[in-house]
Amino acid sequence: MESSSSTRQLLWFFAIAVCVKLLLIPAYHSTDFEVHRHWLALTHSLPLSNWYADETSPWTLDYPPFFACFERFLSIFAHYIDPQIVDLHNGLNYRANSAIYFLRISVILSDLWLLYGVCRLTKNADVKRRNLIWVLIVWSPALVMVDHLHFQYNGFLLGWLLLSISFLQEGKDLMGGFLFAVLLCFKHLFAVAAPVYFVYLLRHYCWKGLFRGFSRLSVLGAVVVAVFAAAYGPFLYHGQIQQVFNRMFPFGRGLCHAYWAPNFWVFYIILDKVFSFFLKKFGFSIQIPAASFTGGLVGDSSPFAVLPKISPSTTLIMVLLALSPCFIKAWTNPQPRMVARWIAYAYTCGFLFGWHVHEKASLHFVIPLAIVAVQSLEDAKHYFMLSIVSCYSLFPLLYEGQEYPIKVLLLLLHSILMWLGFSTKFTRASAPNTMVTAKKKGAQSKSIESSSPAAEKGGFTIGWVGKSYLLGLLLVEIWGQFLHPYLLGDKFPFVPLMLISTYCAFGIMYSWIWQLRWIISTT
Amino acid sequence: MGKKKEKKKINEKVDVEAVEIEDDTWWWLTHKGIGATFLCISVFALLVRVAVSLHPYSGAGSPPKFGDYEAQRHWMEITLNLPVLEWYRNSTSNDLSYWGLDYPPLTAYQSYFHGLFLRFFDPDSVSLFTSRGYETYVGKLLMRWTVLSSDTLIFFPAIFYFAFVYHSSCHSSRKNDCAWHIAMLLLNPCLILIDHGHFQYNCISLGLTVAAIAAILSQRELLASCLFTLALSHKQMSVYYAPAFFSHLLGKCLRRKNPIHGVAKLGLTVLGTFTVVWWPYLHSTDALLGVLSRLAPFERGIYEDYVANFWCTSSVIIKWKRLFSVHSLKFISLTATVLTCLPSMVQQVMAPSSRGFLYGLLNSSFAFYLFSFQVHEKSILLPLLPASLLALEERRPFKWLMFYGLFSMFPLLCRDKLVLPYFALHALFMLLYLAPCGHGARPRNARPNNTKFDYFDSFKTFMNGFIYLSSLILHIVYLTMHPPEKFPYLFEAIIMLICFYQFAVFAFYTNVKQWSLLDHSTTDEEKKLI
Repeated sequence: MESSSSTRQLLWFFAIAVCVKLLLIPAYHSTDFEVHRHWLALTHSLPLSNWYADETSPWTLDYPPFFACFERFLSIFAHYIDPQIVDLHNGLNYRANSAIYFLRISVILSDLWLLYGVCRLTKNADVKRRNLIWVLIVWSPALVMVDHLHFQYNGFLLGWLLLSISFLQEGKDLMGGFLFAVLLCFKHLFAVAAPVYFVYLLRHYCWKGLFRGFSRLSVLGAVVVAVFAAAYGPFLYHGQIQQVFNRMFPFGRGLCHAYWAPNFWVFYIILDKVFSFFLKKFGFSIQIPAASFTGGLVGDSSPFAVLPKISPSTTLIMVLLALSPCFIKAWTNPQPRMVARWIAYAYTCGFLFGWHVHEKASLHFVIPLAIVAVQSLEDAKHYFMLSIVSCYSLFPLLYEGQEYPIKVLLLLLHSILMWLGFSTKFTRASAPNTMVTAKKKGAQSKSIESSSPAAEKGGFTIGWVGKSYLLGLLLVEIWGQFLHPYLLGDKFPFVPLMLISTYCAFGIMYSWIWQLRWIISTT
Repeated sequence: MGKKKEKKKINEKVDVEAVEIEDDTWWWLTHKGIGATFLCISVFALLVRVAVSLHPYSGAGSPPKFGDYEAQRHWMEITLNLPVLEWYRNSTSNDLSYWGLDYPPLTAYQSYFHGLFLRFFDPDSVSLFTSRGYETYVGKLLMRWTVLSSDTLIFFPAIFYFAFVYHSSCHSSRKNDCAWHIAMLLLNPCLILIDHGHFQYNCISLGLTVAAIAAILSQRELLASCLFTLALSHKQMSVYYAPAFFSHLLGKCLRRKNPIHGVAKLGLTVLGTFTVVWWPYLHSTDALLGVLSRLAPFERGIYEDYVANFWCTSSVIIKWKRLFSVHSLKFISLTATVLTCLPSMVQQVMAPSSRGFLYGLLNSSFAFYLFSFQVHEKSILLPLLPASLLALEERRPFKWLMFYGLFSMFPLLCRDKLVLPYFALHALFMLLYLAPCGHGARPRNARPNNTKFDYFDSFKTFMNGFIYLSSLILHIVYLTMHPPEKFPYLFEAIIMLICFYQFAVFAFYTNVKQWSLLDHSTTDEEKKLI
């Protein structure tokens, strides 16, 4: 009875979101729409052996095989709706309503997997915590912006991740590992957390004496190998495996994306610019590569004037270094309840120090962190900041006027909901431990306490640093949207974007340090 | 003393909390008070409006006449480029046969200001003559934003004012109810579809009306009459509410020590507001009559298209247009309207009360919708507004009315290619109505505990269910099938018949309800005390 009514409520939350998503169907979509449409056509019209070899369109398939199979599955229905959607040649840049509706609705339906993940994760949580998590994940503005406006299938993929976390939290490590392996075969960008998984599973699942440990290790290894064999085996059979990897790991791309993700490398680039500027002032002759980062395309030559060039392996080492405290913790004290934090931390590191990071990758840690955001007041404060910053850093994805009010309102609504939710959850009267023990009584006394102003002191508030940082966000937006075009016209068109990514990078760096401190300090 | 008070408050709170203990779901949304709740819901409502505005408007890409969007844009063009006295006059530069201005001056002023906004960003969109049928990405965006801003600046504050007054007056109302009510008011799918999809500015006149209603509920009659006069000067359709306002205020004045004084004060306020708004046209009778004749397009006939009112529905059997001249039809429809308004007016004059007033608004607007001259499908918005104000008291009837109100506009919205937002908003409304732990989900005393099998009751349920089901099927039929060639408007006619039947039943029900207030006025007060 209890669980069925909670499922019904979750479905209600989801249905509300579906209504809004349906209304957003005619909105702007990026070239990713054509990418996915082309993949539908490609997987539908070509044999498996040619999927990764085809060059009909510049949007070649660069996701792992399971995702290709997912597209193949969707293409069956697409073929019934309108055969032109899945036509390899005539379908190029096909933008009829049938195609738009089909693809948009496929994203909306694939979110059901995310819903299942959330449902499974929260089935044992108490009512208030559960509702908040639903609001944070099911009504996530970042997911709406990336999946339902920009166009991608992140909700579906994050569903796998959440499912995997939910199994790990229950102590069902084998299933968790299996689901993560499946996720890796859907999208390899999730591999950043693989070392954490490896260390955790090795210690928590396999480290049980010599014989039992070894047998468990071999079971786990067999499961993972089986998943990868299912994904890549057919391509190995067709002799395509080299081609698959070439497509999946295009290291020809530069350190940063055309629009810089708000990560560590933003500071590095800016430091380089500052150095070169001053050295030039002091009379050194320095060759500055022409518009190396603002252009978006980076060739072989070093884009930096002064500082050393960064190679993919450097970024890999940095990510692993940043992850090392997490490895140590996971090894010395493997606790299921910390898993979500560790995984989120891994994605944060990947985001901050990784090679050619997209701003969309911030979803990978913002969504899992929502699970822990309701655990303590500190978590809530941190999540409030992080979620706003990461959502704001996605704003440049939707640059057309029509979507401007939508993204602003989405962020505003999310902030208000978080503020209301967190400040209900964390008033001074409801320290987490009293909450759990005396839920009914707690609910009553809390409402009384919260009505008197004294109780607000220990509750959910943002300090002046946080407030001024968020205010700065507003200023950056006003400058980029209104003042810059008005004062400077078309000059320096890259400045607003640069400002956004630099400013947001501070917020993400803060989040990284905060998470790191939390991981180190908890025992 | 202070402590005692606080303790009492705490006790009260505990009581409320005890009731709400299972309503934990929404507690986080409502605990900060009505302001925060309203803010949250209104941002969501705004988001939904922006999302609807992505869809096509009426007459998009269909020259030569286009639709309401072009009409509004044309008015901006006219008001911006011509002097005030030329706005309503046919001339070489103002061809009245092409979407001539046919709303009162406040609409014209509003068009003027919106025109200024458009001219600032996109001068081509409002230039005289050359901008006819102007349809661009930026133009559409700017036009949509004018509606959004009008909604935010007028309708939303008005609803907040109303919710504040309404929910502070009855202390027993629970926070959840309040949030639910605000959601029902702000996410009225019909209003959103017509304003942000089809393209009109009903939010302004309806917002002014809501503000006037709230002013009456908070005993500020002068403010109310001023606001309602503004609503009237924005859209003449606001006259649907006039009988209710008139009778309620009259009834109140009669109860005072000095009735004449009260009436005179109200009358002067109304006249003063009218004078200010109509000032440019008051210099000559010709100008005034010119404007007035534009406002009453009798030549368009007693009904148009397939509107679910009495004249259009009965014309299936009685060909009104052939049997009577326009002049006599005018008289007949006026008589019928007045007669149907009369009961609710009499009730309000006899016993003016806030609840009775809200029912009176509903009844008089329904009387106009069903029986007045030249009613449009969109006019169902007017009865829907008081129905949504009464949503807390009339939950199920409200849902019923919203369903058929939407259904009656379905053919219109299909023509505008707004089928997707129609279904999405319909679903959204139903979801909000049935919000978990909200009140739609488990109606209080839904069924009195009598074991006797009531034939009439079960027949009623059966009939309602049957009609509900058939209207659902009609949605699908309308979208997928072609009507037989002999009767090209067969489906529209069936929709109209169903909706008219429902509306008539509803109007009868609310009239009875309003009159029954008279008998129960004493028992109600007793109930409140308990």
